[in-house]
Amino acid sequence: MKAFLILEDGTVFEGTSIGSAREVISEIVFNTSMTGYLEVFTDPSYAGQAVVMTYPLIGNYGITPDMESTRPWIDGCIVRELSRIPSNFRCQGTIQDFLKNHDIPGIAGIDTRALTKILREKGTMNGMITTNENYQIEEVISKLKAYRTGNVVDQVTCQTASLLKGKGKRVALLDLGAKKNIAKSLQQRGCEVTIYPARTLAEEILGENPDGIMLSNGPGDPKECKEIIQEIQKLYASGTPVFAICLGHQLMALANGADTYKMKYGHRGGNHPVKDLETGRVYISSQNHGYVVDADKLAPGLAVSAFVNVNDGTNEGLRYTEKPVFTVQFHPEACPGPQDSSYLFDKFIEMMGGNQ
Amino acid sequence: MPKNPEIKKVLVIGSGPIVIGQAAEFDYAGTQACRSLKEEGVEVVLVNSNPATIMTDKNIADKVYIEPLTAGVLEQIIRKEKPDSLLPTLGGQAGLNLGMELAESGFLDRHGVKLIGTTAETIFKAEDRQAFKDTMEKIGEPCAPSLVVHNVEDGIAFTNTIGYPVVLRPAYTLGGSGGGIARNETELMEILANGLRLSRVGEVLVERCIAGWKEIEYEVMRDGAGNCITVCNMENIDPVGVHTGDSIVVAPSQTLGDKEYQMLRTSALNIISELNITGGCNVQYALHPTSFEYCVIEVNPRVSRSSALASKATGYPIAKVAAKIALGYTLDEIKNAITGKTYASFEPMLDYCVVKIPRLPFDKFITAKRSLTTQMKATGEVMSICTNFEGALMKAIRSLEQHVDSMMGYDFTGLSQEELKKRLEKVDDRRIWVIAEALRKGISYEEIHEITSIDLWFIDKIAILVEMEERLKQEELTVELLKEAKRLEFPDNVIAALAGKQETEIRDMRYANGITAAFKMVDTCAAEFAAETPYYYSCFGSENEAAGVLCSARSSDVCPKNGTSEDGCPNDSCLENGNSETRLSSDVCPGNGERPGAVGRKKVLVLGSGPIRIGQGIEFDYCCVHCTWAFAKEGYETIIVNNNPETVSTDFDIADKLYFEPLTPEDVESIVRLERPDGAVVQFGGQTAIKLTESLMKMGVPILGTKAEDVDAAEDRELFDKILEETKIPRAAGGTVFTAKEAKEVANRLGYPVLVRPSYVLGGQGMQIAYSDGEIEEFMEIINRIAQDHPILVDKYLQGKEIEVDAVCDGTDILIPGIMEHIERTGVHSGDSISVYPAPTISKEVKEKIVEYTRRLARALHVIGLINIQFIAMEDDVYVIEVNPRSSRTVPYISKVTGIPIVDLAAKVIIGNTLKGMGYPTGLAPEAEYVAIKMPVFSFEKLRGAEISLGPEMKSTGECLGIGKTFDEALYKAFLGAGIQLPKYKQMIMTVKDADKPESVGVAKRFEALGYKIYATRSTAKYLKQNGINARRINKISQESPNVMDLILGHKIDLVIDTPTQGRDKNRDGFLIRRNAIETGVYCITAMDTAYALAESLEHASVSGELNLIDIAKVKNI
Repeated sequence: MKAFLILEDGTVFEGTSIGSAREVISEIVFNTSMTGYLEVFTDPSYAGQAVVMTYPLIGNYGITPDMESTRPWIDGCIVRELSRIPSNFRCQGTIQDFLKNHDIPGIAGIDTRALTKILREKGTMNGMITTNENYQIEEVISKLKAYRTGNVVDQVTCQTASLLKGKGKRVALLDLGAKKNIAKSLQQRGCEVTIYPARTLAEEILGENPDGIMLSNGPGDPKECKEIIQEIQKLYASGTPVFAICLGHQLMALANGADTYKMKYGHRGGNHPVKDLETGRVYISSQNHGYVVDADKLAPGLAVSAFVNVNDGTNEGLRYTEKPVFTVQFHPEACPGPQDSSYLFDKFIEMMGGNQ
Repeated sequence: MPKNPEIKKVLVIGSGPIVIGQAAEFDYAGTQACRSLKEEGVEVVLVNSNPATIMTDKNIADKVYIEPLTAGVLEQIIRKEKPDSLLPTLGGQAGLNLGMELAESGFLDRHGVKLIGTTAETIFKAEDRQAFKDTMEKIGEPCAPSLVVHNVEDGIAFTNTIGYPVVLRPAYTLGGSGGGIARNETELMEILANGLRLSRVGEVLVERCIAGWKEIEYEVMRDGAGNCITVCNMENIDPVGVHTGDSIVVAPSQTLGDKEYQMLRTSALNIISELNITGGCNVQYALHPTSFEYCVIEVNPRVSRSSALASKATGYPIAKVAAKIALGYTLDEIKNAITGKTYASFEPMLDYCVVKIPRLPFDKFITAKRSLTTQMKATGEVMSICTNFEGALMKAIRSLEQHVDSMMGYDFTGLSQEELKKRLEKVDDRRIWVIAEALRKGISYEEIHEITSIDLWFIDKIAILVEMEERLKQEELTVELLKEAKRLEFPDNVIAALAGKQETEIRDMRYANGITAAFKMVDTCAAEFAAETPYYYSCFGSENEAAGVLCSARSSDVCPKNGTSEDGCPNDSCLENGNSETRLSSDVCPGNGERPGAVGRKKVLVLGSGPIRIGQGIEFDYCCVHCTWAFAKEGYETIIVNNNPETVSTDFDIADKLYFEPLTPEDVESIVRLERPDGAVVQFGGQTAIKLTESLMKMGVPILGTKAEDVDAAEDRELFDKILEETKIPRAAGGTVFTAKEAKEVANRLGYPVLVRPSYVLGGQGMQIAYSDGEIEEFMEIINRIAQDHPILVDKYLQGKEIEVDAVCDGTDILIPGIMEHIERTGVHSGDSISVYPAPTISKEVKEKIVEYTRRLARALHVIGLINIQFIAMEDDVYVIEVNPRSSRTVPYISKVTGIPIVDLAAKVIIGNTLKGMGYPTGLAPEAEYVAIKMPVFSFEKLRGAEISLGPEMKSTGECLGIGKTFDEALYKAFLGAGIQLPKYKQMIMTVKDADKPESVGVAKRFEALGYKIYATRSTAKYLKQNGINARRINKISQESPNVMDLILGHKIDLVIDTPTQGRDKNRDGFLIRRNAIETGVYCITAMDTAYALAESLEHASVSGELNLIDIAKVKNI
């Protein structure tokens, strides 16, 4: 079946329908990772977005047990070519069936590089994936222009708190759309992790007297999370050690008076160099963010820039000077992507007083 | 960390002659690194014995020594030049070993020279088997269970504890020389004994066999501050068991999930950090196909063949970055030259698929075993890029130039299912074609996988190609089907053959429906950032990014939309996307502002020479690169088309634009339609480029320089005979034939022996001296295995001195930089002969005749550019053997030793300059004050079963130079450079054919005088004794022990002189003697002239002290 990807700027790509045949409107973003499509599709941070994989051959190893949440969160899947057969010893099925089973539409057989270049030049924009050959372009464009992603954190966060047993430090993980490997990384370091829904009140978390608080990654525009930011202000004030990733990093910055802004086309992939300003060392990081912290708005002396992106100089991490709070824009939990910065979890353990 | 200010003068070690396992990739790496160092204001002293390289040019380094790569020579250079640093990581294993030797001996410390780019400790930890194992154990990286042994007994004992099969890996050898898999004790004893002898330190690793596991490689970089990145990972389609150099390799890996990918990436970074490497490093893994278990196979702490491949596959210039790191820079301080925006501290992301296929020399060595093992056999490789794997595989196959352009290229249709299954067990260079046939015959993926261990994903891709063949045969050729076939990179001729149509019909159908190749950029970042470097590959069904149109002032000629073009848009998709106009121009013309004269410049298309193979080596890349530079200097926009990832020409900053594409008419036409070049040069790219001449002319591209019809005249027997008649130049009598019957007639008319050869080949492929009707039949059968478009030549064989010249001709005048004389008489291919400049033994009259004949021939053939002629001198008579109106193998050598830049001159002449106008004299240039000798270097030990005796068909893989004040000194250096370091045991074996017996006496006398004990087989011994030589008779192989074989295998022999009787019988004693000598590392000579030369060299060695070192950069003749 034919499928079409129509962009806000009027560009139309014709390809083949994959997954669900339903129509979808979403924000179109590209990811440059060459492996890890399954981790990308199941990363809750992609809620409200249709993802273009720039690597042309997708699905080669099928569906493996490497999901980063219980289901795929992408609105749509845009690839050049889906492998006819998957091959891997852990393969449990094909991407094709996976998308169908989760009712996720997609398009294959298009020039994903040409699409990526449009997004690079014109910036992230909305698009529609449809199998309707009789679409009215003007109508579609006005729909696309009107579309807003809205608050997506509430869609992806867990409904009730849960506990992962451990013998070490007790960590409260605020699930803003957390990838599984955040909790796993903490557990591997002996932590007992309590996962809280995003709307949990600070009092409830602090009432449990955790050794540290972890703010997770998550989707959408950070400024939409007004109430959560208020709770994070309280968490900050408590003086409990906090480590935050991605959206968590942005919300902590907003909670302390910084600003965030939308990037032209964001950082999504597994090859972004970030420099640790304390040591001068550069690490290759996994990234997935469309918004970035403008740290200039922070009160002077409140925090120092801890990491910076070597490519474009954007902020990649903050170390707060008055509280034991440390936040990064990139993903030390990897999955997909390089594991170079996983040492930051160790650093968090140290912030909490270290494992005995 | 900024540049280390203490580094001011660096000695760079090159890799020496091209041999199997160490090829052009090190010229590429070395050249890039030297340029990178010079860019930083560092003075570069270069030493490399290989004169065919670009790195040994005076514009690449400040001081250039084309001297033997031995510790002694390096010490002398260091004493003379006093560098403060030594960079050993760019010269392959040879360079690394030398650097290590100098460091270990304390010489570097004593002379205040620092090793940069690595440390002796790093080299030791990575290269020494035990130290490596210990290091891996320390950081918890698994290796296959193994033990380093120094004798056969320990090897057997250890193997008995881990079980057969085992892999044997000698320490410090290149290309895995002497290694292999042993399945039983006999094999173990044989391979192990051999490996121990070949290893520099007498060490072999005996290891659990992990054959069948996935073989994965990572290219990693690390700087002095500890920052690490991976440039690329690669997956071998052939599982562990086949040397990675002989494997079909895909980048990035295709069948690994992120978990496997990151597990190995993290491991690679841990290893490079623990080894404290500063620069590039290659880590090879075996990954269990059904678990996360893996083993580290090997680490190369230097740039390698794989790093050259990774550089070209990603656009990340590993050697350049490694050189900057050696100077002290950190990765985040080094700019990414492709994007111009980002830094070297990032990891390239590919949005395409790369396939590398090795070029194996079995077309040259038809008796050699085709099986692929852990011992590398390939002489070169091709790479292709496409947006899908099937397309990349198809493009790579046709890039090999082996008359194969699809999965039907080798015919296995006659085999039954059972036979195919048996055949699949054989691991050789045709296995993917066997798989294709197995799929056609309905053998299941699982069964194929069971036998070959090749991943199902790759088998499915081959199946997709096979299914397309079937569809093209069965279905009507619709536009949709054609589109799909082109997306899979089926060439037009294959589609035509399958669909039962003419190639032109397919072509017309494509153009009529807008099915044309689009060009995409290799940009290191999957389009995340705009790239500045025009490095392109083609694919079908995509938007075109290569805007030749928009970069050119003559865009009106080609723009489809303004109606001025005659035959429509060359890149139909370029402007179709309404939004793309501004984007395209900003993307692809970034250089416009920076490249003065970009607008309105004339465009020249330079056709490269494809994969390195015997007969067409690195020298043609030298010519292509120099001609590109010369055209650029003259204000031309330059475009290179080539498919060899090892070469300098495919570095993205050599030409204005690089198209990484197969060199077939159809692929070149796609580029021509887009670029509309003002002309093409074919005379520098060897036979590969010459073969494209006709097609280019049909496309309407003017051939610059010598015209195609004149090239033809030199190859076409009748036309050429006419020219010789007109110019009154004699040649050996001969005739042209197509069949064996005709050949026998001609041969009998001329009288045996005769020379038989196909026309339009390089390196004397298929050329043989026939002594009988039987041999004619045999040779003709071999030649005609491949359909011949042109007649076969049969000439009377004349034995005399062989003379060679290269000349530049501007249509009127010629300039011959020098006359070269071969030490071996005619009958040995010029590429395999020892070549001496200036010609030492020919008279003034002969020289004058040669100059005159060259002038006449150049004029008669209307040569504009280069011409290469081979002559025979018999007494004062001079005969022409062959004329090639193009560049030749000797061009780099003669340019360097005479200081006359003949490629530059040829390029300038092609543009319209005259020799006189450029201030050059004409005729023969004055002779230099020293002697320069080019010595062929062979790789016979790598090719089991290959016949090593020299003849009219070329067999050498590379060459080295000996340059000295005297003939003797030059000869000594030449032998030294070729790795012939004698004497050792002062024992030799002679066994010569009857015709050579009289001459053998003189040779034997000289060796006897040098203190050699001479063993000889019955008749040779008898003859020598009769002539006063104390030769010891030794039994033939068939006779009882101790016989000649025991002597050779006893490892006490320096040299075997065996001049073979004619014929190709593999079972003859001579063949076995020669093979066994080669495989046990004994130097083996098959021509009396070579033996004389060696004796002379050894006589000199016994009297010589310090060598005279000559800085090539200072050589200037005119």
